[in-house]
Amino acid sequence: MKNNDQVDAKKFRQIGRREMLKLTPVLALGAFAIPSLQEGLLKKGLGFSDWASARLFRSGHLAPTFDNADLTPFAKFPINGYDVDDPGVIFENWTLTVSGAVKKPGEYTLAQVQALPRHRQNTRHICVEGWDVIGRFGGARLSDFLELAGADPAARFINVNCADDYYESLDMATAMHPQTLLCYEMYEQPLTRAHGAPLRLNIPTKVGYKQAKYLTDLKVSHVLDRVGYWEDQGYSWFYGL
Amino acid sequence: MSGAVVEIIQAKGKDEDEPVVVARAVYEHPFIVRLCHWINAVALFVMVGSGLQIFRAFPSFGAKIPQKDLLHWPKAFAIGGWLGGALQWHLTFMWIYVATGIFYLGYELFSGNYRQVLFTHRDIPGVWPMVKHYFFFGPKPPVREAYNPLQKHAYTTVIGLGVLSVLTGLAVWKPVQFSWLAWMMGGFHWARIWHFAVMWAILFFVLGHLVMVILHGWNNFVSMVTGWKKDPEY
Repeated sequence: MKNNDQVDAKKFRQIGRREMLKLTPVLALGAFAIPSLQEGLLKKGLGFSDWASARLFRSGHLAPTFDNADLTPFAKFPINGYDVDDPGVIFENWTLTVSGAVKKPGEYTLAQVQALPRHRQNTRHICVEGWDVIGRFGGARLSDFLELAGADPAARFINVNCADDYYESLDMATAMHPQTLLCYEMYEQPLTRAHGAPLRLNIPTKVGYKQAKYLTDLKVSHVLDRVGYWEDQGYSWFYGL
Repeated sequence: MSGAVVEIIQAKGKDEDEPVVVARAVYEHPFIVRLCHWINAVALFVMVGSGLQIFRAFPSFGAKIPQKDLLHWPKAFAIGGWLGGALQWHLTFMWIYVATGIFYLGYELFSGNYRQVLFTHRDIPGVWPMVKHYFFFGPKPPVREAYNPLQKHAYTTVIGLGVLSVLTGLAVWKPVQFSWLAWMMGGFHWARIWHFAVMWAILFFVLGHLVMVILHGWNNFVSMVTGWKKDPEY
């Protein structure tokens, strides 16, 4: 239309109506308000975010590390769990039961894990709730342990079970990351019971809830059968930081 | 493109030579602008609502031990019902929010439509008279264009805030993969604070925006639905 064209009132109303109808795609967002569609749509959305997170993960990129002066005091490092703080692990008989796509499945002792090179790191621990603390963690690289157990390098997932019936899983790229530890120390002391003794995961490239405590079993596999305690409630699986 | 002007006429019957002009109308808001406006009005509502539910999980910016809550935000004014639900909404709608924002900015730039709304140095002298008129009963400055200098300031600033909401959000979501971005903000802990602060700045804009929309009447509101502003003052 050129400037100062003339349009009769009826045509103007039609034009207005047509322009308004062009906006109907906005109503597609209303699908999120439909109860029978909502859960599926949100699951797809979360799944897309997980896919994007996996694409953004870089195996060579390290999580920031800190000086000892930046550490949160041990007494102020929160103890978080979902059931009990101390599931009563008996250290004398404790072993890590390794299974799945590995050449050397079976029971591994803490001494075997501690015989691997020990790495200590000051990293930020971020809880899904939003709080964060900086802790000093020590342990063996999970990648070194997987080599010890003869894990299939083409395997895609790690599943862990815990003494308090918690369970979690990891993508292999994160499992092989140099900062992913089978952690048996905090602040240069053996793990306390509440913090996951004798062995837990320390993964500074993942959110807190994926860093399972009081490990009892570790399985290497090509498929993800059991996902994770919090994921089964509706939280993100990949949750890479 | 915005700016087309028409005269609305009422034909008086076949005996009349000259039809009567009953109104003028200006095409102020192109389709893409309106589409993005309404999509992101919904998306922003969900982002703020779910964000506040996420905040409720740890409503503090201090230590976890001892925890001192900053404010108690009611669950009734949040979206998601619990942390897990809120994260699903937040991590789903963020894609809609960002995609729409990029689409809007791309359109404004490539169509040249940004010229009617972007705040430039030429608009600086007009801001204070507009503020005096709105808040201190000053005289009404003449209306020359679709957006007055104060509006341009507001609509330009809010885009900046939108960009900051995304950047701070990225630093909170991926403080390791975007560690450089988080570092610029002072680290994860600070990025979370900036993310919260930017949300409040955007909410402050939304409040002012809604008040102005109500004060400026029906024809003005309709222009963001049909694109056409009937009886513009310019």
